[in-house]
Amino acid sequence: MVPPRVIRGSINVALAAVRRRTSIWRRLDAISRLMFPFGFLLFGLFVIGMPFGLPGQALLLPVYAMACVFFWSLYRPGSLPAPAVAVTGLLLDLLGLSPLGMWAVLLLLLQGATLAARRRLIPQSFWLTWACFAGFAAAASALAWLFQSAAALAPMPLLPLGGEILLACGLYPALAAFFIRAHRGPAAVELA
Amino acid sequence: MIRLSVPFRQALSRLTLPVMLMFSLGLILIGRADQSFAGHLRGGLDDILAPAYGLVAGPIAAAEHGTGMVGHLFDLASENQQLRTENDELLQWQAVAMALEAQNDALKQTLHYVPSPQPEFYTGDVVADLGGVYARSVLVVLPANGTDPQHLVGAVAMDGRGVAGRVVEAGSRSARVLLITDLNSRIPVALGPSGVPALMAGTNGPDPQLLYWAPGQPPAEGAMVLTSAMGGAFPPGLPVGVVHYDAQNDPVVLPLADLDALRLLRLFSYPDNLPALTPVPHAPDGAAARHSRKH
Repeated sequence: MVPPRVIRGSINVALAAVRRRTSIWRRLDAISRLMFPFGFLLFGLFVIGMPFGLPGQALLLPVYAMACVFFWSLYRPGSLPAPAVAVTGLLLDLLGLSPLGMWAVLLLLLQGATLAARRRLIPQSFWLTWACFAGFAAAASALAWLFQSAAALAPMPLLPLGGEILLACGLYPALAAFFIRAHRGPAAVELA
Repeated sequence: MIRLSVPFRQALSRLTLPVMLMFSLGLILIGRADQSFAGHLRGGLDDILAPAYGLVAGPIAAAEHGTGMVGHLFDLASENQQLRTENDELLQWQAVAMALEAQNDALKQTLHYVPSPQPEFYTGDVVADLGGVYARSVLVVLPANGTDPQHLVGAVAMDGRGVAGRVVEAGSRSARVLLITDLNSRIPVALGPSGVPALMAGTNGPDPQLLYWAPGQPPAEGAMVLTSAMGGAFPPGLPVGVVHYDAQNDPVVLPLADLDALRLLRLFSYPDNLPALTPVPHAPDGAAARHSRKH
């Protein structure tokens, strides 16, 4: 049996630790962890633009953005707020010569859908999350195809659409494996 | 820091997504209404990105020994063998070319031939491969010697072997080249030695299609494809590619330019003989004409 005096004392120590002003370094650490998902998303878009000459490199740009938005909206929605997603979409449109604002709308819709499914999706297995992402990515890619076809008044080729969906399905586990590490390490705001 | 009540903060966080969605939908409307708005934004972004890409382009080029793409490193041996045989053939062709050049010079002298004026050109590094899912374009860094960027819009981009595309947007430091494989690329071409007209249309795939050739004269397999001055957008006689049949009645052009591994592009601008069809802003002239009509 612990005497009440000891309990009161330990509570006071804990409160003091909470009230202590957070140091500037700690705050910087927290901010950098908060910024990690968006910063890495932008960095990835920049790297994908480099001329490596890989086949299907152009398809990688929207697939990567979709995977980032899906994963972080699912596990750490505070780190990738809607304005950041809109900026990402705008960058995609400017880099990839698609109609201005199209990917911004699609990525925001993807984020909305992910946030809506979040409660039910988080306790599920990885396989189900993967299938869910594949479905969302296919829907977003198909919408992009529809929109661009409507804007050009001619059907766009279907081959890149199929490639985009396949790439999204195939690449998600690898990206997720990396993101899960980031989620527990450099992006973990609570560890700051 | 502003302290907000918890319910208010929750409401605010719930509102950001719809607000950003409305904002993006508004951007789509603006982009549809004013096509040049996206062009301006894209030019600005390209100008910011071009120096950054220029910085990292050096190490990439070093990694691939200046020979091609990183992917090419895997088949060096077969490529070497191919280059040896090709080199033997080319040495023979060099002799033929020198003989023909001498003959050509002699003939020109006897004809008192007036050479066509040389176009202005700029050479730039290809620093980024910024295609989209349904678009093929590359970003070229321009040398900083105070050239007028608008002057470059519509310029023909060529690599060492043939036409690669056209400049669609130019900023002060960078130019975006729409490749001939892009879905929106349409180039009037002349086929074979007789110069039969046709239209070369990009399909987003590696080889552009040939459309609208004369019904009586189907393009011959292996015929040379040159640009045509029809429509006035291109100067005549620039090498584009070779005709090839993938399937019956479906001729495609195998481009001469190495479009998957562009490193350097020369941008030729032909400023004086551009007709109104080209994407060069003719606004000042048009405005002046309209103005004078009022008087």
